[in-house]
Amino acid sequence: MNSLRKFVDKIKPQFEKGGKFEKLQSTFEAFETFLFVPNTVTTKGAHIRDANDMKRTMIMVVLALVPSLLFGMWNIGLQHFYATGQEGGTIVELFWIGFKAVFPIIVVSYVTGLAIEFAFAQIRGHEVNEGFLVSGMLIPIVLPVDIPLWMVAVATAFAVVIGKEVFGGTGMNILNPALTARAFLFFAYPSYMSGNAVWIHGMSAGEGIVDSYSGATPLAEAAAGNIDKLPSVAEMFFGTIPGSIAETSTLAVLIGAALLLFTGIGSARIMISTFIGGLVMGLLLNIFAVNPFMEIPAWEHLLLGGFAFGAVFMATDPVSAAQTPKGKIIYGFLIGFLAILIRVINPAYPEGVMLAILLMNVFAPLIDHYIMEANMKKRMKRAKVSA
Amino acid sequence: MSKVIKIKKGLDIKLVGTAEKILKKAEQAETYAVKPADFQGIRPKLLVKTGDKVKAGAPLFFDKFQPEVQFTSPVSGEVIEINRGERRMILEVVVKADPEIEYESFGVTDSKSLTREEIIAVLQQSGLWPSIRQRPYSIIARSTDIPKAIFISAFDTAPLAPDMDYIVKEYGDEFQKGIDILSKLTDGKVHLSLNAEYPPADTFTKVKGVEFYYFKGPHPAGNVGVQMNKIDPVNKGDIVWYTYAQEIIMIGRLFSKGIYDASKIIALAGSEVIHPKYFKIISGACIANLVKDNVTKDKPLRFISGNVLTGSKIYNEGYVGYYDNMVTVIPEGEYYEMFGWAKPGFNKFSASRAVLSWLIPGRKFKLDTNLHGGPRAYVMTGEYEKVFPMDIYPVQLIKAIMIEDIDLMEKLGIYEVDEEDFALCEYVCTSKAEVQSIVRKGLDLMRQEMS
Repeated sequence: MNSLRKFVDKIKPQFEKGGKFEKLQSTFEAFETFLFVPNTVTTKGAHIRDANDMKRTMIMVVLALVPSLLFGMWNIGLQHFYATGQEGGTIVELFWIGFKAVFPIIVVSYVTGLAIEFAFAQIRGHEVNEGFLVSGMLIPIVLPVDIPLWMVAVATAFAVVIGKEVFGGTGMNILNPALTARAFLFFAYPSYMSGNAVWIHGMSAGEGIVDSYSGATPLAEAAAGNIDKLPSVAEMFFGTIPGSIAETSTLAVLIGAALLLFTGIGSARIMISTFIGGLVMGLLLNIFAVNPFMEIPAWEHLLLGGFAFGAVFMATDPVSAAQTPKGKIIYGFLIGFLAILIRVINPAYPEGVMLAILLMNVFAPLIDHYIMEANMKKRMKRAKVSA
Repeated sequence: MSKVIKIKKGLDIKLVGTAEKILKKAEQAETYAVKPADFQGIRPKLLVKTGDKVKAGAPLFFDKFQPEVQFTSPVSGEVIEINRGERRMILEVVVKADPEIEYESFGVTDSKSLTREEIIAVLQQSGLWPSIRQRPYSIIARSTDIPKAIFISAFDTAPLAPDMDYIVKEYGDEFQKGIDILSKLTDGKVHLSLNAEYPPADTFTKVKGVEFYYFKGPHPAGNVGVQMNKIDPVNKGDIVWYTYAQEIIMIGRLFSKGIYDASKIIALAGSEVIHPKYFKIISGACIANLVKDNVTKDKPLRFISGNVLTGSKIYNEGYVGYYDNMVTVIPEGEYYEMFGWAKPGFNKFSASRAVLSWLIPGRKFKLDTNLHGGPRAYVMTGEYEKVFPMDIYPVQLIKAIMIEDIDLMEKLGIYEVDEEDFALCEYVCTSKAEVQSIVRKGLDLMRQEMS
């Protein structure tokens, strides 16, 4: 450890202003702080500071994503076996199939995103923010498994540049970057993002697929009116169903949610109110049901598609969500409410979570504005002097 | 018991090194200093030069904006040094103390018949006027104002804070006298806030002429700003004054003996103090004698006048601040930690559970001055709200200050707050923002705009 520190100290001057590699200063800082928590001490204000920092916070979120990701890799193998009519297969075998398919996507997402982040940090003279550690993991998770890698790169670049950097970088963006990437692909390359074939590894290529196998996600079946083809509740909960790379397992998502809530990093207000919003919409649809899709029990909606994943990992993105405590409740509720509404009523999109979250991202500042306005009015009313 | 107000949001940071309730009379310090930086928003004009002899209560400098407010020497002796910093800003006026203190006499034996003007004049001459501060802006009160009320916080919830009930227990008469004087300064009420966790000292509970309030809950329940927010919020156009127990005792002493006797009791606390105890000192004392052979030697230390959240750093055996009731000594944190952001951090404290030290409940921590990370853009939300008990949106107010939007700051409640109210926000911030300096910047900006 000491020799590494000595080495870092030795090369440090070359990266500082006037040094040989001053153009890589942000990059150097990012790697240095990755290796060592800096020796900076407090100079003004509070003399002691919380041991938690942005790196630790973001790593916690990534950790919370790991159960979903591992499960997702295994599930890709499983679905592939179903589609090709193969029997059995050990956990390792199945996982390996998923790993081979997903790992390149993760690498492409991180490399593209971080390269852009590093470049922008250098241009702005900022530190590299850790936010992309999470976004870079979220992007692969919500994509179909057979997405071409160049599309992953294009979508990531779009999300980072147009979704984030044009607004001023980390902390300033209006839309959730990971969903921006997904929405970009969804509208730019719809044939790779929807339909029945894209969710199963190897199915687009079409080799060795069992004839009768459709590959449709439960929501696609439901939208088509094939309610009898819906998987069992247990399958929906454990997630052994077709879907995006790693969002199918409600159980894995809940493990992640537990970690986020327990560490205090994820907002319980948003998560819970999103689920409540979804449930309320589901119940309303049940009451006014005119077709089988509307009759699906409200609580089953919470297990289907990307609802749980969106509620736990996407809606809670602190930058694009509402920021006031009351605002968070309204924001979450409307996400759940709209997600189920779009899912069931809209004929064009089988899933509504992504659009509901992006829509509410846009409205979040407005919600906060009215919450703050109420607080201001209360304060001004108390005063005897008029403003 | 009168009203108990429960504070739910906040955070108690449990540190090693609480002062033991043993009062020691400190060896008299050789030098004393008055530091203009202790007083927000003043522009000091010197009245003495090095070599001048002064008595206790004799003016050292005054405020250019309020010339009648004088800052006086706490002891008699010789002015030996005037330390200046950048742009010749006065940092310290140092007085070498006589072995026996001689006092200026302010001749105020019959305090009952004194008018408001006479009281103010005596306070201003004696150097005790700065002990009364005002909200908005948290600056020294202006004698031309008549405050809506006077608030007194009689307990301190900050980390390692001294037990005020212990400190004041023998000063019942002086405290009552001080309260009598204070109540002549306002047309409104004098609010005295006590802690509801354990029985407060008789000095507080038996005092007459105040409204009692009891507060329960974690830090910052003891902050006067939080108490104001719960009792009677400061509105636009309002002015309230506030002060603290030991200052009231000094005022009481001034009006019974006619002298500026600035002796007070402070706690010497912190993980690096070998015998953390209470000491009776005179305000502005050099800490050299207090910490001599009483702090650990093998590592660099941070000496703080005040508590770890809001105190000011004392450089090279400097002086105890005018308003401070404690001196804290903690280790400096100038070290690199390999992969520190990924370590479980059993020896570190965090308000979040991302650091695993919560696994061992009830333990006390030895925290240092390391920042534990680098400054970043604002990303996390909801952190400040967990430790900020006022009916104010802290993050939004901070952002309003950053963009210098006067109107928005006013509407979001800048008149009600002080830096210290945001100290915990600064502590918990994962983006490591300098929240207290931002708040001070906002208060100063507001004051310039409104005057």
